[in-house]
Amino acid sequence: MKKLILAIFYVFIFCNSARALIEVDITRGNLDPLPVAVSPLYVEPGSKDVKQGEKIIKNVGEEISKIVEINFRRSGLFNPLKKDSFVQNPDIAHLKPRFEDWRLIKAQALVTGKVVVSDDKLRVEFRLWDVVAGKEMIALAFSTAPANWRRVAHIISDKIYQRLTGEEGYFDTRIIYVSETGPKTQRYKKLAIMDQDGANVKYLTLGNELVLTPRFSPKNQLVTYLSYFRNMPRVYLLDIETGVQEVVGDFSGMTFAPRFSPDGKKIIMSFAEDGNSDIYTMNLETRVVEKITDHTSIDTSPSYSPDGKYICFNSDRSGLQQIYVMRSDGSNIKRITFGKGLYGTPVWSPRGDLIAFTKVHKGRFYIGVMRPDGSGERLLTENFYQEAPSWSPNGRVLIFYRETKSDSEGKGFSAKLWSIDLTGYNERLVDTETDGSDPSWSSLLSN
Amino acid sequence: MTRSVFLSLVFHSAMLIITAITLPFMVKPPIDLPPILSVDLIQITDVTSIPFAAKAAKTLEEVKKKKEEKRVVSEQAPPSEKKKEKPDRIPLPDDTNKEKKQIVKKKQNPEEIKEQVRQASEFEKKELFDPNQIAALIDKSKEDIAETIKKNKKLTQSSVKNAFANGLTLSQEDALKAQIFGCWSLPLGLPYQENLLVRIKLKLKPDGTVLRSEVLDHARMNTPGQGFYKVLAESALRAIRICQPLRVPPTGYEKWKDLQLNFDANEMLKG
Repeated sequence: MKKLILAIFYVFIFCNSARALIEVDITRGNLDPLPVAVSPLYVEPGSKDVKQGEKIIKNVGEEISKIVEINFRRSGLFNPLKKDSFVQNPDIAHLKPRFEDWRLIKAQALVTGKVVVSDDKLRVEFRLWDVVAGKEMIALAFSTAPANWRRVAHIISDKIYQRLTGEEGYFDTRIIYVSETGPKTQRYKKLAIMDQDGANVKYLTLGNELVLTPRFSPKNQLVTYLSYFRNMPRVYLLDIETGVQEVVGDFSGMTFAPRFSPDGKKIIMSFAEDGNSDIYTMNLETRVVEKITDHTSIDTSPSYSPDGKYICFNSDRSGLQQIYVMRSDGSNIKRITFGKGLYGTPVWSPRGDLIAFTKVHKGRFYIGVMRPDGSGERLLTENFYQEAPSWSPNGRVLIFYRETKSDSEGKGFSAKLWSIDLTGYNERLVDTETDGSDPSWSSLLSN
Repeated sequence: MTRSVFLSLVFHSAMLIITAITLPFMVKPPIDLPPILSVDLIQITDVTSIPFAAKAAKTLEEVKKKKEEKRVVSEQAPPSEKKKEKPDRIPLPDDTNKEKKQIVKKKQNPEEIKEQVRQASEFEKKELFDPNQIAALIDKSKEDIAETIKKNKKLTQSSVKNAFANGLTLSQEDALKAQIFGCWSLPLGLPYQENLLVRIKLKLKPDGTVLRSEVLDHARMNTPGQGFYKVLAESALRAIRICQPLRVPPTGYEKWKDLQLNFDANEMLKG
């Protein structure tokens, strides 16, 4: 019996060794952004110029490629190579790239394409190539009205981003924010909307009424915001597609931070009465209001988890302002922040894996993220005053606003929108015509 | 009777007047927005559900009608027709053909390699059948198993981590690693919490160029929610292509002609 077992063991060892394969572990690599070449899109002969208002765009192919480049650079994940170094011209590149030429400039991915513009139609084709493997990764075509060329550029950016990272893009999106003008002591606040790159700014209110906390619906192009009408706070709904807006309700007490539920059917907000603030939801179809928290403390800034099962909010029920998570019916309330300082404005990531927040510690303001159970707190950026983070639809980038110090008369004051990604290294100013605050990121328009 | 009718009339007219005066203040006039959304590659309408649709429905329909009139129907399709028309534009088949040709040549050509292969395999067989080596083999396999468990729990039975024992010395392995480190551009933005190990099996030529490469967990590439894995695997394949010919030892081809590279992004991202 022993001999048999030994024999089986030897056979096992023999088989194992005979099939042995050399393995090498690769545990290090290059963490630089991926070098991408965005060749200007070739404009077919006979194409017309694109008119946009008073502007005439002569080479729309080049303009589209510029926008794609800017999007990539701002993402921090790609390194668009300088066009001066391109060896192959767009007229040839869009037919068949000579990969050797692109490898020469160290490009790992290449974007080519062509544009045809007629009177009322713009047709854009693009292809993404894996330069190293020498194969096509994705090829798509779009047709639209010529005036929409910027959106086409954003959609192309999204498609490439998705193909190269495996996650959805966020370029074909818009940001609603409060535009601010005038001295600090007398600010005019208007509701404004723009593309995520700061282009196409439109003002939605006149500035004669105070507007606060605009928030996009995660499902569609609806916005909820707070505005004061005859010193009474009102919650409004605005449909960006149609321009129709409607009062959701008048509230006698103070109302704060209305925000949509993930399915877009409810609004959750905090509502203060007699110095006590609690969290309420309102069903937009039935207008039934439901009280979610009932505590003597101040509960504010509620935000749903993407599955709608949980709500995070901040409360001072422990003495200091901290972040709590509860079930959407208000049960099972748990405190998740225990660090030093005050925590506020929690916002659940659309991916569900993180909660973004503002932290105040020793007079400095931080924007950070943590897991929904409070673990893994990471502070991404620190400044004199900054708050109100809002997630990009893919849960990778946060937009927030930052104010500068001013003297007693308000000189030197400014409020600007900034974005930062989850690494904390890619912090960028978002260009706006005026000062801005309280930004909110829309879902993808092309979803 | 007349008094109550009179009172009723007075109250009703009062109510009508109040309603007429106050209602316009309750509802804000629609904002006159410029047509900022007119690219129609989207099905926003399918997703959009407007809770106050009763009031907005008419306006919505009008806007949609106008849009549809203006809209040139948008497409979003890969221009596959072109591919069929001009297959020579796609470089991949050319490359594949070249590779195939090379393989064919190799099969037809020198018998030397065949001899080498035969010799090597015979040599190996001799070694394996040598009863004096059994003890050593047992020891090695024990070490290997221990190492494997330490380093990576997901290795298959057939792959024993023994680069040193089987084909590459430590310095040769280091040289190969260092070469690939320089070529591998990790996709940024990978989810830290996921398993980020890509195992690629290679068939190498004697000069270190890659004859064939295969992602071992390729089924995972098309798993929903694992889009990042495809991207990661592609980056690893790209690294191999950029690096080739790989820095392999000048001798012992038979031992390293089949090579497995385990690209593990977890270790680096988690630091």
